[in-house]
Amino acid sequence: MTESDELFGERRAVLSGIGQSDIGRRLYRDPLELTVDACLGAIADAGLNPTDIDGISTYPGGMENPAGFSGAGVTDVQEALRLNLSWYAGGLELPGQLGAVINAILAVSAGLARHVLCFRTVFEGSAQGTKGRAAVMPGGDSRSGGFRATGFMEWLLPFSAPSAAVWIAMFANRHFHEYGTTREQLAQIALNARRNATVNPKAIYRDPMTMDDYLSARMISSPLCLFDCDVPCDGGTAMIVSRRDTVADLRKPPIEVEAVGTAFHGRPAWDQYYDLATMACQDAGTQLWERTDLRPSDVQLAEMYDGFSFITMCWLEAMQFCGKGESGPFVEGGQRIAREGELPLNTHGGQLSAGRLHGFGFLHEACLQLWGEGGERQVPGDPEIGVACAGGGPLAGALLLTRGR
Amino acid sequence: MTTTTGDVPFRILPRITDRNAHFWQGGRDDELRFQRCRQCGYYLHPPAVICPKCWSKDIGVEAVSGRAEVLAFSINYQPWMPGPEVPFVLAIVHPVEQDDLRLTTNIVNCAPDDVRIGMAVQVIFEPHVEDEVWIPLFEPAP
Repeated sequence: MTESDELFGERRAVLSGIGQSDIGRRLYRDPLELTVDACLGAIADAGLNPTDIDGISTYPGGMENPAGFSGAGVTDVQEALRLNLSWYAGGLELPGQLGAVINAILAVSAGLARHVLCFRTVFEGSAQGTKGRAAVMPGGDSRSGGFRATGFMEWLLPFSAPSAAVWIAMFANRHFHEYGTTREQLAQIALNARRNATVNPKAIYRDPMTMDDYLSARMISSPLCLFDCDVPCDGGTAMIVSRRDTVADLRKPPIEVEAVGTAFHGRPAWDQYYDLATMACQDAGTQLWERTDLRPSDVQLAEMYDGFSFITMCWLEAMQFCGKGESGPFVEGGQRIAREGELPLNTHGGQLSAGRLHGFGFLHEACLQLWGEGGERQVPGDPEIGVACAGGGPLAGALLLTRGR
Repeated sequence: MTTTTGDVPFRILPRITDRNAHFWQGGRDDELRFQRCRQCGYYLHPPAVICPKCWSKDIGVEAVSGRAEVLAFSINYQPWMPGPEVPFVLAIVHPVEQDDLRLTTNIVNCAPDDVRIGMAVQVIFEPHVEDEVWIPLFEPAP
């Protein structure tokens, strides 16, 4: 271990296996079953047994509401697999959804655990059923019952702004205003995702989409149309974070963690962040590049959150793949971010087309690509350096990953 | 300032507490009110228990002019829940008294397509009298 590895503790951790359950728009299956499918898949992929697992980390932890948001918590999986845990954590006040994986990285780096099972399961598709988004929206069934808004929603719900779609839309509009970004540029995030989803057998939407399809889709909250919003689904995703010195126990050469970014310097409310044309991701991105000698130009693969298309634009800028405000021209035409382009982006189809696995899908895909297991959607040239970033608004966590350096 | 007339749409109302009552009930007196630090003069919103600039706990409440500037907005077309008829405008506005004083609101009494970033607006209250909540909305300033 080098001196800088001692300084940057995340380098004592590796990603050793990934797993994913069946994914579907509405599976109507027990979300705990989806969770254990993903978990057992990840454990086997790492070449481990459930008895080797001594840590669990998950986002957002067990919770009943909003419906479908959390398929399982720490104790559900601990009980289902009867794990003896040296360390565990579940919660949502983290640097984005992948903050749970970063927690696991910190735990193994600190010597609290050897192999931490990280998972995230959603069943928002089934929970929503045929009743639409309102069924899972905070306050969505509140016409009767005297529900009152509290917490951060107190400042949003009374103005009929229950969805991140409208909060993000305001940021996007501000970006359009400040930098001249256009809908045709933003569209490239959705079109690129769909192109990649056509060769992902697990993706929710696999039919080709054109610019005309995009521009004629119904508007949700300007400038975001239907295709700028991710698709709720059911599915579980898991990965194993292992201590680097366990490599001899593992089935395949692990993915190394070069650096993480967790910083958040602004005010935490969605509408109070100091710069309304970006988000917490810019703080996480800045921090990540301070923890490595690699540069943005070294990155060959970018898997970056697209709960709404505009969030990916923010991440492109935050991770310094382009300058501040320059994400529109950067994605223009779509060639640069295509699988064959200089920065292949969201190669599984993102949450926009592959389903809202909520952050963990990006890290799963980054590992898959770095291991060269992408099948029909494998990025040409077998990338060795990639990023996985998740979270929008006040949520942001980023990982810089390498293989075989 | 005047209050709106006509039908009041359904809204999910805030739970009123000692900390937030000044904001949600100021409209009863046609006043947009914020907490303000008595030591350094900093306006606090959302309401807090300590001034984040000088760490004083000597916090009062003051009315502001109700004039504000639109920082960001979106025309919302999706009927998420019962409420104002779509399309309606969501906006983040900045009351003129302090650079980093902001709130999310709706822009009303204006065609949605006429809303612009940088536009001057003023507060107008939507009364939910039985519930003792007055929702601060904003309309174009004359």
